[in-house]
Amino acid sequence: MKSSIDKLSNDISLMKKKHRPKDSAQKFAIYACAILTVVILFYLLIYIMVRGLPNVTWEFLSTEPSALNKTVGILPSIINTLYMIGITLLIATPIGVGAAIFLNEYAKRGKIVKVIEFTTETLAGIPSVLYGLFGALFFGVTLQLGYSILAGALTLVLMILPIIVRTTQEALKTVPNEYREGALGIGTTKWHMIRTIILPGALPGIITAVILAIGRIVGESAALLFTSGIGTNMPTNFFGHAMESGATLTVQLYTYAAKGQNEPAFGIAAVLVIIVLIINLLTNYLSKRFSNKNK
Amino acid sequence: MDIKITTRNLDLYYGQNHALKDVNIDIEAGKITALIGPSGCGKSTYLKTLNRMNDLVEGVKITGEIKLDGENIYDPKVDVTILRKKVGMVFQKPNPFPMSIYDNIAYGPRIHGIKNRSDLDEIVENSLKGAALWDEVRDRLKKSALGLSGGQQQRLCIARAIAVSPEVILMDEPTSALDPISTTKIEDLMSELKKQYTVVIVTHNMQQAVRISDRTAFFLLGEMVEFGKTEDLFSMPQDKRTEDYITGRFG
Repeated sequence: MKSSIDKLSNDISLMKKKHRPKDSAQKFAIYACAILTVVILFYLLIYIMVRGLPNVTWEFLSTEPSALNKTVGILPSIINTLYMIGITLLIATPIGVGAAIFLNEYAKRGKIVKVIEFTTETLAGIPSVLYGLFGALFFGVTLQLGYSILAGALTLVLMILPIIVRTTQEALKTVPNEYREGALGIGTTKWHMIRTIILPGALPGIITAVILAIGRIVGESAALLFTSGIGTNMPTNFFGHAMESGATLTVQLYTYAAKGQNEPAFGIAAVLVIIVLIINLLTNYLSKRFSNKNK
Repeated sequence: MDIKITTRNLDLYYGQNHALKDVNIDIEAGKITALIGPSGCGKSTYLKTLNRMNDLVEGVKITGEIKLDGENIYDPKVDVTILRKKVGMVFQKPNPFPMSIYDNIAYGPRIHGIKNRSDLDEIVENSLKGAALWDEVRDRLKKSALGLSGGQQQRLCIARAIAVSPEVILMDEPTSALDPISTTKIEDLMSELKKQYTVVIVTHNMQQAVRISDRTAFFLLGEMVEFGKTEDLFSMPQDKRTEDYITGRFG
């Protein structure tokens, strides 16, 4: 009987290339998956651009929707989106970065940290419409903010806090421990060490966190529909506008689409795609720039 | 004999692990004291108790007494930042901060309140001279410290440590990550340093201990086995375990 150990015999020429059909099939399947992903993505992008870009005129970008002037501009939505980004980040960034610093630099590894980390991860996984529901009841009704950009922004703060905390925490972890030892070893206080060594080192990551958050804010609709509403008025007062209802671009897209007005909806879609593209390019550019500066 | 640091009945636990067992050592002022022993023997742990860097490790428990110039450094009233200003540290891996050479050296003086530009310039120059690095970097003080070679980085870390005018400098295997030429430079530097500072150095390299140190302490399994003049300890060790170690029977 022939032993199977013979398969390890070296009595075989290198030139006898074996045919391995299974390998080839797997390779083919993997290539197909990759190509399919790219094709779907590009088809989607091209479809949106072809249908949307013809609607994106200067008038579309610079006027407000008005039956009187017969314009369907999106300028108020652009302004509302900027308000939403500004207010949300102004509140969420300091809290999120502060929480991350606490978790990474101050808290002892133990139960509390695990609970906080588990909570932030769970928060990140909750569907945004639930945030909307909560925000409408708590900020809108209980705190009597009604349908307002501020109520929407506060809701978004809850939503993006986990992103900022987790991403900042990862960034803080990349700062080598040797820096901490070096700084503490010459007699810095902990806070001074964090301010002068740790935060600058983690800055690229924190910027990434903020930009990811902007992406989430720009893309959010469900959480805002119930909280900041669908107002499309131009701001009359810089600060007062935060207390008014205001649809962001995404919400505005939804309201147009819901009414079957596809031209402005696709116009907004094209604008959003371009904004997201710019945000991604900006992220890459900034993180490269800051990490180079430290070398 | 002028004693800088006295250690009495020092025990240290990492959780359940009894890492230092009843250690008693007197560190002489203006001398180089070497701590030798196999990996995991507690020599680095002991070194780090001297400026309380072990405080950073979670679950550490310390009993006993360490006195710097007669003051117990584990007294609750101690300000650790002042202790670490007096007892500086150079680490195994060179760890310059990701900033310019100048800012690396000025970092310590700045935290201790020196803001004046010309004072800082003077400290930076003197510290770099003290670490035998001035001639190599004087033209590129504004360049990033991370562009220096490993040996230069380690001398920069020494300069950074002496910039806050410490009294004691702790060195945790400062040459183990360096090539032989850089090692020689740092060893030469150490004999200069002891003119002004008390130096305690952990080393894996017994020849290095012989070359540079005045006193040597041998650690094994958390115990300080033997402590004495370096030439005595290496020529006629009193303890069998010391003899076995320095003759290369283990470790």
